[in-house]
Amino acid sequence: MLSRTADNLFWLSRYVERADYFARVLEATSRLAALPAAYSAPGNEWVGALATAGCYDAFMKEYDKPTAESVIQFLAFSDKNPFSIRQCLETARFNARAVRTALTVEMWETINGAWLELQRMDKSTLAPARLTRFTEWVKDVSLRFDGSGYRTMLRNDAYWFSRLGIFIERADNTARILDVKYHILLPETSAVGGGLDYSQWAAILRSVNALTAYHWVYRESLRPWLIADLLILNRELPRSLASCYREIVDGLDNLAGAYGRQGRGQRLARALHNSLDSGTIEKVFQTGLHEFVTHFISDNQRIGAAISEQYLI
Amino acid sequence: MVGPDGSIRAPYADVAKWLEAAPPDQLERLRIESELLYRRGGITFAVYGDAAGEERIIPFDIVPRMISTAEWARLELGLKQRVRALNMYLADIYGKQRVLKEKIVPEDLVWQNPAFRPEMAGVSVPHDIYVHIAGIDIVRIDADDYYVLEDNARTPSGVSYMLGGREISIRLMGDLYGAHRVAPVEDYPNELVSTLRSIAPKAAGDDPVVVLLTPGQFNSAYYEHSFLADKMGVELVEGRDLLVRDNFVYMRTTERPKRVDVIYRRIDDDFLDPLVFRPDSLLGVPGLFNAYAAKNVALANAVGTGAADDKAIYTYMPEIVKFFLGEEPILKNVPTWRCRNPNELSHVLAHLPELVVKEVHGSGGYGMLVGPAARAAEIERFRGLLKAHPENYIAQPTLALSACPSFVGSGVAPRHVDLRPFCLTGAKGVKIVPGGLTRVALKEGSLVVNSSQGGGTKDTWVVDV
Repeated sequence: MLSRTADNLFWLSRYVERADYFARVLEATSRLAALPAAYSAPGNEWVGALATAGCYDAFMKEYDKPTAESVIQFLAFSDKNPFSIRQCLETARFNARAVRTALTVEMWETINGAWLELQRMDKSTLAPARLTRFTEWVKDVSLRFDGSGYRTMLRNDAYWFSRLGIFIERADNTARILDVKYHILLPETSAVGGGLDYSQWAAILRSVNALTAYHWVYRESLRPWLIADLLILNRELPRSLASCYREIVDGLDNLAGAYGRQGRGQRLARALHNSLDSGTIEKVFQTGLHEFVTHFISDNQRIGAAISEQYLI
Repeated sequence: MVGPDGSIRAPYADVAKWLEAAPPDQLERLRIESELLYRRGGITFAVYGDAAGEERIIPFDIVPRMISTAEWARLELGLKQRVRALNMYLADIYGKQRVLKEKIVPEDLVWQNPAFRPEMAGVSVPHDIYVHIAGIDIVRIDADDYYVLEDNARTPSGVSYMLGGREISIRLMGDLYGAHRVAPVEDYPNELVSTLRSIAPKAAGDDPVVVLLTPGQFNSAYYEHSFLADKMGVELVEGRDLLVRDNFVYMRTTERPKRVDVIYRRIDDDFLDPLVFRPDSLLGVPGLFNAYAAKNVALANAVGTGAADDKAIYTYMPEIVKFFLGEEPILKNVPTWRCRNPNELSHVLAHLPELVVKEVHGSGGYGMLVGPAARAAEIERFRGLLKAHPENYIAQPTLALSACPSFVGSGVAPRHVDLRPFCLTGAKGVKIVPGGLTRVALKEGSLVVNSSQGGGTKDTWVVDV
């Protein structure tokens, strides 16, 4: 297939996945911000949301102070932030339109329908007070897009490129949450204890849609090292780094099979997957959670770049 | 719909009954539904110079335009004759130039025509075909006669609306559609890809690679490009997806560069190859023209076909048909005054309020004067333009174009229509799917059907009567 088409499919998936993630971050943050002052962490939840989204610096160029109003505006609706949810959907639709012939009708109608709906939304809909309705809608769009791709696409290179986009982006998102929140996941912080920590930990899990999953997997109350274990190493949780990498390796293997040759992307992805697959959470904490996550983010970026170099340009 | 004696013409018999029986709100409901189908499918076009309307849909009028099988048979003969003559004319002006030597067409109309490409002189094209896809705009004026309004020999568009309109008729107008035997149009993409494959270079073998080259998604016809590529099962490429190496064209793929044999290009000559044509073009492919001249890749349409379809050459088409085919033209030309001739110019200047004045090199309904509908100031502006550059204009009488019943919000009313059949010419001759795109001037009294000027489309049914 055309490299440009593959590139568009890859980024189309990434943008839809990113919109979904930002919607979850905003929901989790609103929930934290609604707690009584005694439960709130030092500092400001909304700063945390910006950091988790990797948009703090960009935000500070536009606004003086992170307030609920301004952060929601910036992350959800702003046309000044190229990665606001709204802009993610705009870019996704732009990419989709460029590769219509590579999408199934169902995928195209989902993304085009969402875009049309977005055009109809006015200031009263795109307002912080109506955030929940908006984030519900965004999650629904990504669910339908993902699902229609899964149900209707031929299992060929187009499918694998779009799946790679989803999982590279998802791994990045999960890692970024860990990167920003690692300090409350360190074993020693459990000494603080109490409702504050519970709310913070639950917010992390909600951001990656894993709160219920935690209880099914560990059957006990929230423990920071188990949260880290779940998000990093658990093979069952679809958003864990290990799960994402199993999917990435599968996708790349399928491409290598179809094209009859392996490349740098395959080698790097397999190495990273192996280290996650054989790792233990004790080892991760020995290395230092923060160091581990920082490393992972840059490895993941390097693999994204290798895929791009190998196939997309 | 109505003949000169006031009676309903035969192909419209059932349509008239259907319109009579339809409850008043049904047409409005169908209109809304059809618009939704277009919108949801992203079947849009862009209007240049209109920032607010970046993506619009062309209004679709659900009342079909009817043509009898017998009428169509005669039209088809005329169209085939016309496109054969267009191709012979182009082969001649880029080859032996007999038509100039024998003074059938004045030389300066060729040499001074900006669409004439001297680079094409002596370049041979497969099977001597230049115009593989032609859109011939036709109007009916009375019971018997069809007139050609314009030949489109460059990159005619609109065929996706012909196909989309048919899908909507079948979905929404099942009762009326089922009551007729309507000639199918859905094989157009199939015929198009066969035509394109038939002109592939010999070296391409049995399974030539065909691509559709688009300027990209900001082009007004982008939807059509992606639609046709999809229906033909060929890659939709942009200039940056192609590269030329050793005079062969390749596309950049996720595996390795892949040879391209036939390019259905939907970008103008000017932008095809920055090394030969406009150097500032980012849409084209450097080196493409040389690969084409070396016969390593085929282009449809050929380079330089615009030299056959401007409005000055149009006036010579009857002579061109006679000269190359030795036949009387089956389709008539609209009587046309060539403003380059002083006595014709003075006639035009004396009758401006009755005439339609068109720019010789214009297209898309831009820059024209419709005398009967124009304000005095507009007429005076054109008088100045005509005096300054008479050679840039032709003038035609305003025709009593046939009108079709159309749904216009307040009810059903007659509106003027034209017809653009799409004529495909390949190694095995000319193919035309029955019917074509009917364009309708939805504004009352308007004669301008161009989508860029507020026109709409209709489905065209060629039916047994």
